[in-house]
Amino acid sequence: MDISNYLYLSVILFTIGALGVLIRRNAIVIFMCIELMLNASNLALVTFSRINGNLDGQVASFFTMVVAACEVVVGLAIIVTIYRSRRSASVDDASLLKN
Amino acid sequence: MRTSSQLVYLIALPLLSSAILLLLGRIADKWGHLLATLVSASAFGFGVQQFLQMHKQPGSNRAVTQKLFDWISVGTFKVDASLLLDQLSICFVLLITGVGTLIHIYSIAYMSHDKDRRRFFAFLNLFIAAMLLLVLGDSYLNLYVGWEGVGLASYLLIGFWNQNPVYAVAAKKAFVANRVGDLGLSLAIMISFAQFGTASFSGVAAGAPHASSAALTAIGAMLLLAAAGKSAQFPLQSWLGDAMAGPTPVSALIHAATMVTAGVYLITRSNFIFDASSTARMMVIAVGVITLLFGAIVGTAKDDIKKALAASTMSQIGYMILATGLGPVGYAFAILHLLTHGFFKAGMFLGAGSVMHGMDDEVNMRKYGGLAKVMPVTAITFGLGYLAILGVPPFAGFYSKDKIIETAFNSGGSKAIVIGGAALLGAGITAFYMTRVVVLTFAGARRWKSEAHPHESSFLMWAPMVVLAIGSVASGFLLSMGSALVNWLQPVVNASHVASGKELMKPMTVSVLALGVVVLGAGYAIIKYRAVAAEAPEKVSIFTRAARMDLGQDIVNDKVFVKPGFALTAGLVAVDYKVIDGAVRLVGWLINEISDVLRKIQNGYVRSYALMMLIGVFICVLILWMVTA
Repeated sequence: MDISNYLYLSVILFTIGALGVLIRRNAIVIFMCIELMLNASNLALVTFSRINGNLDGQVASFFTMVVAACEVVVGLAIIVTIYRSRRSASVDDASLLKN
Repeated sequence: MRTSSQLVYLIALPLLSSAILLLLGRIADKWGHLLATLVSASAFGFGVQQFLQMHKQPGSNRAVTQKLFDWISVGTFKVDASLLLDQLSICFVLLITGVGTLIHIYSIAYMSHDKDRRRFFAFLNLFIAAMLLLVLGDSYLNLYVGWEGVGLASYLLIGFWNQNPVYAVAAKKAFVANRVGDLGLSLAIMISFAQFGTASFSGVAAGAPHASSAALTAIGAMLLLAAAGKSAQFPLQSWLGDAMAGPTPVSALIHAATMVTAGVYLITRSNFIFDASSTARMMVIAVGVITLLFGAIVGTAKDDIKKALAASTMSQIGYMILATGLGPVGYAFAILHLLTHGFFKAGMFLGAGSVMHGMDDEVNMRKYGGLAKVMPVTAITFGLGYLAILGVPPFAGFYSKDKIIETAFNSGGSKAIVIGGAALLGAGITAFYMTRVVVLTFAGARRWKSEAHPHESSFLMWAPMVVLAIGSVASGFLLSMGSALVNWLQPVVNASHVASGKELMKPMTVSVLALGVVVLGAGYAIIKYRAVAAEAPEKVSIFTRAARMDLGQDIVNDKVFVKPGFALTAGLVAVDYKVIDGAVRLVGWLINEISDVLRKIQNGYVRSYALMMLIGVFICVLILWMVTA
């Protein structure tokens, strides 16, 4: 199997994630789309590592996972807090700073 | 050169008195006029004392200087404020303070009913101070200060009754016309700084022989422009007639005897420039001839006694300017005529004031007539001044005006006949209009308004008139006896060659000719104005109509300067509004419009910002790809 197919998959996953961030309003879904993009880039990194025959890409993808884990902690905490106060997970409703 | 530490008092005293009267206000109402008169008289006394001291010295050692202070000192550029009293200045000092004092005395009575008499005397003192500074300054820059000072005093006094809008406009007109002349003086000063590095009379005189003729002609032309403004000469003559709006003593002092002769002083003082440039001299002659005829012609048609006298002043100063243009020999005669004119014209103006005082401020001569019987002193003093201005021997004008006509005839070349002829013609017209004034005012039937009760003026008014009348009779003879004034002024104006050898006309011939045209003019006026109507006739010849409207001087000024001036300012305002303000408004409008479009991007939705970022990244990648590929 051609190794570049992994890259195509990565591009498709990233595009789906980006579109999700742009289109959806539910904070949880946007959040998951961001995770999707992170993992798409992880896939690309690992693939490049394989192509080049060294471990640099794999190391970078571990860093990405660590950052993603931290982000999940903070992000979910914010989303849950907002949901508790506003009874809504829509990003458009969190508009106190607007106007 | 002697020095003195007292010259400054001559200027400082009247200036101080003026300041006191203005600052103290109503407190000084009771004694203000007395203080002003006293100061003026003491200035005259001081002038006489200086004259006597000067007279004791030999001709080369008569000038006195006093350095007041370093005025401007920047690097090598130095200007001192210094005073110079020499043979020429002393003539003016005596004239200004002498006639000035007489007019102060006259004004005490003339202005006694005016509630602002104190202010009037303050302005008179201010004028005396400024005029003395003008004639005592030892450089063009010092002279300029006095020059502006008399302009200010003249403005204040013409508009003294500024509650009347017409008078206020007359004051403004005089000021503006004078400013045009002042421009000439300031340009002359700048050129002389550029050319000689100094503006002092001695410095410029020393440099003049080595300077280029173009520079000298330029300075001469600018000085002539200045003289034309101040002395009401063509083409800046239009303000003098309107300046008669001021109280009559002002007309006598400022607009007849002293200030308007400042132009003659300026040209005589700058003799070294005009001696070196025949072109400038020719311009001076042209201005003098045009003005002497212009003034005389205007004078023939004026019914307002003061305006007739003003036109006469203009014409007589034309004679003086003409004389200064005739070269070294003419300067002394110009000053001689200036001094005699100071006497007889001031005397006649005071006479006119006396008549107006008796006739309830009526100025129209057609409403006078037969006043000799009721105002004998005024009539006699006015009559003596009249004989003096006509040049009847042995009155003052005979010695001064005939000398000018004679010098004009003997100035050499074919132009001498034109110049001399014009001067002679002017004398004839002068005789005509002055006879007209005398006949209309003092002789003939009484055409008074029913409520008029003319009476002789009080002692305070007729005493100065008598003194001036004596001057009108005797000054010419005294000043020209043994060429007294010519010899006196010789060190200043270098009039070394009085007789130029080839004479076109002998003095006797000129005198006979002049007397002939005077008799003709006077006789014609007597026949014509023996009986006149109290109302000016409407149906008159085109010449009379032209003379009545001052030969169209105001129309020309209006069409050539005022209207285009207004059009220019209106155009500039439009340019300012449309172009300059328009550009500013366009920038504002553009930013507004662009902002309206760009504002829509800032909608507050994070995802649209993310889209922007995505598009931006996409474009960056695209560019990178295109560049590397």
